[in-house]
Amino acid sequence: MGIINIDTDILIIGGGAAGCFAAVEIYKKSPNCKVVIMEKAHIERSGCLAMGLNAINAYIHSGQTPESYVSYVEKQFMGVIRKDLVYSIAQGLNDAVKDVEEMGLPIDKNEDGTYKERGKRSIHIFGERLKPILAEAVEKTPAQVLNRVVATNFIYNGKRVCGAFGYGVRNSTFYVVRAKAVIVATGGASGIYKPSNTGGARYLMWYCPWNVGTGYAMGIRIGAEMTSFENRFIALRVKDVHAPTGTIAVGAHSKQINARGEDYLERYYKHLGGIKCFTQHRLLATIEETKAGRGPCYLDTTTLSEANERKLKEDFLNMNPQIILLWASKGMNPRNKPVEIQGTEPFVVGGHCQAGYWIDKERRTTIKGLYAAGEVAGGAPKKYVSGSWVEARIAAITAMEDIKGISLVNIDDRVIQIEKGRVLSPLNKKSGISPLEMRERLQKIMDEYAGGISANYALHEERLLEARRLLKSLKEHIKDMSAVNNYNLVEALECIDRIDVARVLVEHLIYRRETRWSCYQTRLDYPEKNDDRWSVFVNSVYNPEADEIIMVERPLCK
Amino acid sequence: MSIFIDENICNGCKGLAEARCERICPGDLCYRKENTKAAIRDQSACWTCACCVKECPVQAIELRLPFQVCSNGASLKVRLKPDKTIWSVWDADKHQEEFIIQAKRLKGDK
Ligand SMILES: Cc1cc2nc3c(=O)[nH]c(=O)nc-3n(C[C@H](O)[C@H](O)[C@H](O)COP(=O)(O)OP(=O)(O)OC[C@H]3O[C@@H](n4cnc5c(N)ncnc54)[C@H](O)[C@@H]3O)c2cc1C
Ligand code: SF4
Ligand code: SF4
Repeated sequence: MGIINIDTDILIIGGGAAGCFAAVEIYKKSPNCKVVIMEKAHIERSGCLAMGLNAINAYIHSGQTPESYVSYVEKQFMGVIRKDLVYSIAQGLNDAVKDVEEMGLPIDKNEDGTYKERGKRSIHIFGERLKPILAEAVEKTPAQVLNRVVATNFIYNGKRVCGAFGYGVRNSTFYVVRAKAVIVATGGASGIYKPSNTGGARYLMWYCPWNVGTGYAMGIRIGAEMTSFENRFIALRVKDVHAPTGTIAVGAHSKQINARGEDYLERYYKHLGGIKCFTQHRLLATIEETKAGRGPCYLDTTTLSEANERKLKEDFLNMNPQIILLWASKGMNPRNKPVEIQGTEPFVVGGHCQAGYWIDKERRTTIKGLYAAGEVAGGAPKKYVSGSWVEARIAAITAMEDIKGISLVNIDDRVIQIEKGRVLSPLNKKSGISPLEMRERLQKIMDEYAGGISANYALHEERLLEARRLLKSLKEHIKDMSAVNNYNLVEALECIDRIDVARVLVEHLIYRRETRWSCYQTRLDYPEKNDDRWSVFVNSVYNPEADEIIMVERPLCK
Repeated sequence: MSIFIDENICNGCKGLAEARCERICPGDLCYRKENTKAAIRDQSACWTCACCVKECPVQAIELRLPFQVCSNGASLKVRLKPDKTIWSVWDADKHQEEFIIQAKRLKGDK
């Protein structure tokens, strides 16, 4: 099998929302800076944005400020967020959105040219083509895009990241890309837990099924510090098709009702002194209602007007065509019947919640030469797509600054051969554990012992310790995986990455002995929030030599 | 079943090194059988994202939902125009509904 060697100034891993934006930003600021994007799929339709979006969920409308944005996110996340990161995102949101509008994204506007307020912090877009629009902007730059090349590991010499390895699934070629700086932007992780749809419908999930946490795993394997994995994300979505409930609740002002037709949310947040129901409490309330025998729960769409029903359908086509098929197959319309909702399986993401690399305000990770942006970067929840763009901009600017005076590092051929051997080893085995078997085993362990759907997301120590033990032994079986073709090989590599992410996740879940975020992190053995002890970040660093995950605490920043 | 490829309509993107559906699928599921007609590798690995449906120039691909989540019958096709997206949705009784939605600002658009 051949090897392709590429040298560049900045390597971007993952050409999604953040990756594409970073490439465009670098070209604008420094047209001579060489950029390579390594993308697992094709940047025209990859990652979370492949289906499109109907809203940009982070925006500062007039009357709001970056400060009010930070205080909103801080409240929603029970005081534990990186305010410095969220603030830097809030400051850049509107400029980033403007840039993407100029690339060609249609945005709903008022007569005076301002963006229509969809919700307090969101705007309404016609975003079916958002990803092709970003890709087109990248094409106008000289950046070299390696589509269908799956990143497998960073090139790391113990001091700094000097590039990355990748496997080209179309040409069966191993890529060695040397760079002065690497921006990781591979998104979050799905497929860690048993999904809500199983069997033949198992990939009909909310999060992008091919964002499997490889960016996290590559960082974990070189000892990069990770934060807040225990702050998992569980989405409250339309049952089976996972269409976002926000499109209905915010876009069409629908109420959440239980099987008796009662508006049930108030019971669950009023006593907490809240005037508004937090995202996590909408989910908690729905699970509790169902446990109490008052489910299924619904969004009441029966008050929609005919014109608004049509608008709602158009909005969904822009980001989740599945729900339109669901209604069509049942011969129903949302005006005739409320829409059933449920929680998804847990995901590890830094865009809705805050799992990811521990970074400084400039988006440097704890490893020299490595920067993080988007869902893979931790500490800044509710950044969504626009926040991912802002982070991409900050990471790009920092990387451009930091590479001054840096030269490419020679890479020992043995290092290349070892990684090539690791990547290809499943192909060289005639029989063994299939990637599907491995994935389902992992998902079963996580579902049953680490708070999946079957456990109503609840956690406690004894079960988590069992998860820890089972995952350690699962890791020993990785060498027994076999793959029959390139597609299958990628599935095998995905399993390896998911297991590395799951092990770190379980350590984080064990470590935080309180309940900070309902459902995302509910400890049955420590049901209360304990501000005196746990107003801290739970971080971790993996030590590859000892195969040990070391936990560290970091204080909240001002 | 998540997508259905009509082999009578598919022309295999003749002349292209990579078929359009093959090039675009974010999960790398579409491929060409012996370089002629398109096929999907694994229905159970389909996100039903409709990217291949949008990309096919002759509308050979339909989006459906797996039977496991709802009874079959409904389907959906898409045509991309430079500035808009045209959706056709059929319910189980073959009633068709069409949606034409703005998708891109062209040069000069406000
Ligand atoms: C279904 C869904 C709906 C959403 N709706 C909204 C919304 O309405 N409004 C909003 O503001 N936000 C929304 N979001 C959030 C938003 O899409 C994300 O926050 C944003 O896309 C994150 O950007 P990213 O670049 O980190 O990840 P992505 O955009 O997912 O990009 C990650 C990229 O990395 C690539 N990649 C992964 N692994 C590898 C590898 N090993 N090698 C090379 N490349 C790799 C992927 O293929 C992908 O292209 C939604 C997310 C989802 C999943
Ligand atoms: S894009 Fe359409 S015509 Fe081309 S190979 Fe795929 S299904 Fe056939
Ligand atoms: S619907 Fe999406 S995931 Fe399924 S085959 Fe088509 S492009 Fe691939």
